[in-house]
Amino acid sequence: MIDFLNSIIVLLNFIIIPGISYGSQLALGALGVTFVYAILRFANFAHGEIMSFGAMITILFTWFFQSQNIGLGILPTALLALPVGIIATIILCIISDKFVFQYYRYQKSVPVVLAMVSIGVMFVINAIIRIIIGTETIKFSDGQKFIMKAKQFKVMTGLNEGLALKSSQVITILITILLLTFTFWFLQKTKTGKSMRAFSDNEDLALLSGINPDRVVFTTWIIVGVLACVAGTLYGLDKSYKPIIYLNLVLPIFASAIVGGIGSPFGAVVGGYVIAFSEIMVTYAYKKFFVYLLPSSIEPTGLVQLLSTDYKFAVSFSILVIVLLIRPSGIFKGRVL
Amino acid sequence: MKFEGYEWLAITIMISLFIFVGFIQGWSVSLVILNMCIISAIMTMGVNISWGYAGVINFGVMGFLAMGGLAAVLVSYPPITESWHAGGRGLGISFALLVILVIAVMYINKTVIQKRNRYILNSLIIFFGILIIRQFYLNATHNIEDVNPAIAGFLGGLGLPIIFSWIVGGLFAAGVAFVIGKVALGLRSDYLAIVTLGISEIVVSVLKHEEWLSRGVKNVIGLKRPVPYEIDLQNADWFINLVTYLNSSKLNNIIDVSDRQQVLNNLIIDGSGIFVKLSYAILFLIVMLIIFYFANKAQLSPWGRMMRAIRDNETAANAMGKDVVKQHLIIFVIGAAIVGVAGAMLVTLDGLFTPSGYRPLRFTFIIWIMVIVGGSGNNLGAIFGGFVIWFSWIEAAPLTTFIINQLTIGLEPTNALKLHLLDSVPYFRYLFMGLILLLILRYRPKGIIPEKVRHS
Repeated sequence: MIDFLNSIIVLLNFIIIPGISYGSQLALGALGVTFVYAILRFANFAHGEIMSFGAMITILFTWFFQSQNIGLGILPTALLALPVGIIATIILCIISDKFVFQYYRYQKSVPVVLAMVSIGVMFVINAIIRIIIGTETIKFSDGQKFIMKAKQFKVMTGLNEGLALKSSQVITILITILLLTFTFWFLQKTKTGKSMRAFSDNEDLALLSGINPDRVVFTTWIIVGVLACVAGTLYGLDKSYKPIIYLNLVLPIFASAIVGGIGSPFGAVVGGYVIAFSEIMVTYAYKKFFVYLLPSSIEPTGLVQLLSTDYKFAVSFSILVIVLLIRPSGIFKGRVL
Repeated sequence: MKFEGYEWLAITIMISLFIFVGFIQGWSVSLVILNMCIISAIMTMGVNISWGYAGVINFGVMGFLAMGGLAAVLVSYPPITESWHAGGRGLGISFALLVILVIAVMYINKTVIQKRNRYILNSLIIFFGILIIRQFYLNATHNIEDVNPAIAGFLGGLGLPIIFSWIVGGLFAAGVAFVIGKVALGLRSDYLAIVTLGISEIVVSVLKHEEWLSRGVKNVIGLKRPVPYEIDLQNADWFINLVTYLNSSKLNNIIDVSDRQQVLNNLIIDGSGIFVKLSYAILFLIVMLIIFYFANKAQLSPWGRMMRAIRDNETAANAMGKDVVKQHLIIFVIGAAIVGVAGAMLVTLDGLFTPSGYRPLRFTFIIWIMVIVGGSGNNLGAIFGGFVIWFSWIEAAPLTTFIINQLTIGLEPTNALKLHLLDSVPYFRYLFMGLILLLILRYRPKGIIPEKVRHS
């Protein structure tokens, strides 16, 4: 029985908790990509950099608050700076729409051209971030780092295996729940949300019903800005902030959005968790888990690892390819918001 | 083919840029930039063939370049016999098993008709097949990587002249592109962009981590050159005579013998570097012109016309009896092959293979900017884009330093803002690239040298 508990704790500690927090970050990112895709109808390659930009502003204000000795006690100061980051990200989104994307929307350009344009935007934001903050790795989480340390858990329960719970993970999960609830409430219950869904479903019909497209687009960018900034900051808080990582993060985010069914917000969230868990589960070495479960005579000798951790990144894409082959519309049939 | 006025202008601009740099920063710098420009132009032509002719998007440039690079290693590196002894048999067995597995899956797909049964059988056979193959494979690769890990630890290559790898690189890239195309070409263009981008990441991560094949992150260095080495040139009589002859008027003015020898030695050292780069440039230029010639021929042929028809209206082309899926696959493979050639040339020029150096920003997105800026659907435009963008990518740094220094001329040299800006000079090139792309897409969406529309 003790062995069984130990094995469960191993899974919790190394797969389930990291999976949920990474999955939440991906889900928030994928939700942003999905919004752009459903309303503005293009694949936004700049999304990773928008996330990075939000995180950067948050970091700058975290430093500012720290220098002023303003803090939140056991919570990271970044939470205090997050609203500023969100506002800055929204402004960035709206500026990039006004100066760049709007023109192509009015021209009714094909999605590929808009995707190219978003690459241009990606380069520009990328440069701005690097010019402002450089390329170094930045750790900006302060306050209490662990809610529960592995050692405390061992003492508390008397088990062999420890369960560590980082405060950044708990914050990630809580904020994600909050934000997702709000987003779905907004889409389902408010008038603006309904008009957005109508616009996504059938643009011409929505225009005929008197929905103002500019307003819908404006609201979309606001939501995208909030989601992107929060996702970027949470990722930076959980791991550490490094500008180059966000470009690599775009690919799993796209994978999440497509796997879930692009254009479907619920699908994007599910896709985020699917990608996160498969990345972690395929590359985790299960030796410890089996050592607890199996009698010592048939204990595994190797690491019991499906793929080496080097391929973490490749996993999400293999899943994407497999999903596209078997079920091109994603897990939840996409294309409608 | 005839060039029109503005095309001559573009060619003149390209040539004069290098002459300008040659006089300002030295001929060596100019030739270094020129070599990379030519390689970039070949990559751009590769992308341009699939995107410009047929509208097939290819964001997997980085992966195909890396395959070309792998070809350069596998062709030119001398074989390491110990490694083959250590793990050759295991690899052979696992490869044979893999082939059997693939045949089994294909057989199941043919014979089992019910969909659910097919999925279950396939997943079972793949799962257990891979478990068995892993045993042999991991053992073999482990043995190979243990052979003298400091300098070897991989299988090595064939030991042939590296110039053959340019063709092999094209073939490698074409092979990978064939698989990708089979899987992904049915997708809509923006999905295809994401999928090819992702698969190219997978290709690079395989090259990074399969050390038995490519030595992974430990890199392969010291690949043999197709052109002479500087040190050999400096000791070759014919080269010394050539330098003496070329500089005879300058040398004759120096009366003192030891001074004259000194000057001559410096000239020989400089000259050998320039000679090597020039030989590279000539080799690359030949490849570029060959590809340019055939690309143009193909574009003007009935096949090229069909490709344009498919690009402009897929449904209509399909209705006219053109096999759109097959033609898309063909053009995707051809484009990738040309990129693969460029990848092999890139590794040839560097003389080393560093899988971790393949990053999408540098090797996929910049190439796409070249295509868009130059003019998709026009080969000269592609070359022009490759030259201009690579040139500005390199020259952005000195230019930015100059501009920053001019703008902050009133500030003290220790001013924090000025120092910070000067520190971040390398990042301004991303800003330039983004702005160039955005401006071109806005004000000249067909590129600087647009495609010629022929009405015949």
